[in-house]
Amino acid sequence: MNRFLWPLIGFALLVVVLIVGLRHAPDKEIIASPLIGKPAPTLDVPDLIDSNRRVTGTAQAGRWYLLNVWGTWCVECRAEHAALLAIRDEGRVPIIGLNWKDDDAAAIAWLSQLGNPYQAIGADRDGRVAIDWGVYGAPESFLVNPQGVVVEKQTGVMTAEIWKQRFLPHMDAQRGVAP
Amino acid sequence: MLVELGHFSLVLAMLMSAAQAWFGLAGPALRQPQWSAVAYSAVAGQLLFVGLAAAALLHAFIGNDFSVLYVASNSNSALPTFYRIAAFWGAHEGSLLLWICVLCLWTVAVALRSHHLPRPFASRVLGVLGLVSFGFMLFTLATSNPFRRLLPAALDGRDLNPLLQDFALAVHPPILYAGYVGLSVGFAFACATLIEGRTGQDWARWMRPWTIISWAFLGCGIALGSWWAYYELGWGGYWFWDPVENASFMPWLMATALIHSLAVTDKRGLFKSWTLLLAIGAFSLSLLGTFLVRSGVLVSVHSFAADPARGVFILTFLVIMIGGALSLYAWRAPRLVSSAGFALVSRESMLLFNNILLVVATAVVFGGTLAPLIAETLGLGTLSVGPPYFSPSFMVPVLPLLALLGVGMHARWRRGGLGDARRPVLTIAALAVILGLAICLGAYASRSVLAWVGATLGCWLILSSLIDPVDRMRRKLSLPAAIVGMSMAHIGLGVFVLGVTLVETATVERDVALRAGQGVQLAGYTFTYEGGENIAGPNYNGYRGHVVVTRNGSTVAQLTPEKRNYWVQGSVMTEAGISASWTRDLFAALGEDVGAGAWSLRLQYRPLIRFIWFGALIMAIGGIVTLFDRRYAYASVASAETADATTQRATP
Repeated sequence: MNRFLWPLIGFALLVVVLIVGLRHAPDKEIIASPLIGKPAPTLDVPDLIDSNRRVTGTAQAGRWYLLNVWGTWCVECRAEHAALLAIRDEGRVPIIGLNWKDDDAAAIAWLSQLGNPYQAIGADRDGRVAIDWGVYGAPESFLVNPQGVVVEKQTGVMTAEIWKQRFLPHMDAQRGVAP
Repeated sequence: MLVELGHFSLVLAMLMSAAQAWFGLAGPALRQPQWSAVAYSAVAGQLLFVGLAAAALLHAFIGNDFSVLYVASNSNSALPTFYRIAAFWGAHEGSLLLWICVLCLWTVAVALRSHHLPRPFASRVLGVLGLVSFGFMLFTLATSNPFRRLLPAALDGRDLNPLLQDFALAVHPPILYAGYVGLSVGFAFACATLIEGRTGQDWARWMRPWTIISWAFLGCGIALGSWWAYYELGWGGYWFWDPVENASFMPWLMATALIHSLAVTDKRGLFKSWTLLLAIGAFSLSLLGTFLVRSGVLVSVHSFAADPARGVFILTFLVIMIGGALSLYAWRAPRLVSSAGFALVSRESMLLFNNILLVVATAVVFGGTLAPLIAETLGLGTLSVGPPYFSPSFMVPVLPLLALLGVGMHARWRRGGLGDARRPVLTIAALAVILGLAICLGAYASRSVLAWVGATLGCWLILSSLIDPVDRMRRKLSLPAAIVGMSMAHIGLGVFVLGVTLVETATVERDVALRAGQGVQLAGYTFTYEGGENIAGPNYNGYRGHVVVTRNGSTVAQLTPEKRNYWVQGSVMTEAGISASWTRDLFAALGEDVGAGAWSLRLQYRPLIRFIWFGALIMAIGGIVTLFDRRYAYASVASAETADATTQRATP
């Protein structure tokens, strides 16, 4: 056999390995969010609308909630707003908003103009809570289960498809286990 | 509007590269010399349109056009102008455009310098470069278009990744890419040689300067990246064996082997097929590096943009380019057998050892980088490979390589032996052993055997590189640039080895929590934390600590480590406080505010760490110096004509 063929054969083997690696690559993307499977970081922020009250994660203990990080300065947040309203109307899970590094007045004006999908909104004015949650950029959404564990995360715009394909199955599965 | 023009220009540039590939390759094959002339025009057109595309994107960045998705994702109106320009290559899409720009500049350089090459050969080289260029432009336009609009436009951008807001990292990608992409020229020369079935060795001399320049750029780029990691990532390391670092290091190792193998092919006509394989291999590794970094196949701290769809595209491209080149190799290389012999201790045999050891070193890095992937393929679960594997395994081929180098430089061609250099080589070997001991025991009180081996090898390289130049000066002989450059590069390697050895064996490091006014002892220095204050930058705010370092009562350094919070991305960055000098670095990085006015601090004393980057720089400069040798200063129309004649015969 031609010894000059060996480099080509070696390369062919490498390609096989790379193809397999590529097939696994999407799984890694999801595991890559370090919060998934871990208890949700502390959430304790002043309420955007009524500054005497506080929005906390402990208040949600024992039930599902979706934490959505947004800001009026974020264009994609406007794009996902309709999807959030639809999730609210579906009624499966309350949405807790985290208004990130925003102007309170602008945020309230935005909600009165576009509609308010949130059950409660925390004002993270200096961005400290978002750091705890590892927020990279708005919008981001975290699904937290009744045990207070983050089970799913969407970085970027939430859409009806993503909600149906990646988020809802978690809640369906849980219901199946404990009817 | 300008953005759409940029987009359109990139499409035109892609068509130009397709024309360049077709006319460049088909012209000689179908014996249509005038087609080759079209390839040259296509290169000029490509330069124009790639230039316009790059200018359009640059304009969008400088003018804060946040209706462009890529600009909105990677820039911000508060970002200083210098970093707005650097944001061009701050993420995947722009990096690809930068890659295309660099490739275009290399292609233009080859076209301009091709007058001494036989016309059909030059035409084929341009054709292969056109293919590479076409692949990258298609990839960019299809999966990673930097000109995509964001509608409605963002009010402000998401800011450049704060890790990249730094001088060294802003200039690092263009330099690294110049090296990475430059290897495509050697690849194109190798392919053209194989296509023509050239049996001579003239191509080795044509390929040499291009390989050396890209090797020098690649070395500088890697060193800059390492320097950046040292002061920016905040834990004082300079090399992490991270997949992305390895992706640039493997082509460098391969290119180093190629440079040495080219010397043998050029001088003696040996190792021809091996040299061609190395040229293909070096560029293949840089393509593979791109694939690994961009596809998300390997998770790395550096992979900013990973997308499996892009992975499929790059993999297809990889299969076509590398698979094609290797098939060509399997078909044509058997003709290139040479039968000249050489003695066991001769320049040829030493360079053969050099090549074997460098390829083994590349294989060590390659195996470690791909091991997680291979384990996954075989269903062995996830595997993490880090410095505990790389550092010792890498030494296995590299220590003998360094030891042999001092001998190899003086071995004579063909007949073998060391000739007159025998006595000085032996003297210097003894001297290096003593100096190594003196450095370890005397200067650093280190009893580690590895430190002694490393220090000895470093001294051995530096001193033995001096034998030849010193001898020539004493005998009042001329000093050709090739010898000066070679000695410099090897001295640089010695300096680098000394630096790595002492950093690895004599670093002192402590993590402590200090209140203002408290101090701690470290390697004979007293580090005192004197409190700090809040600071505000253009797009961040943060905290700056003050650490005063004293030795024997006198102040030697004032360190100001910072912790910055970049508010747009909400990310916290560490800026280490470093006092640099030739003999040592004093390093302080802020950890966390542990309350009650105290901060956790990482303090380090790192001896000779500057030698690492300085050595790398000398190596690169040495390479560049060799280019001024007279052997490359040929306006040799005559040799081109004779070469032309051989080509005509060799082509079927």
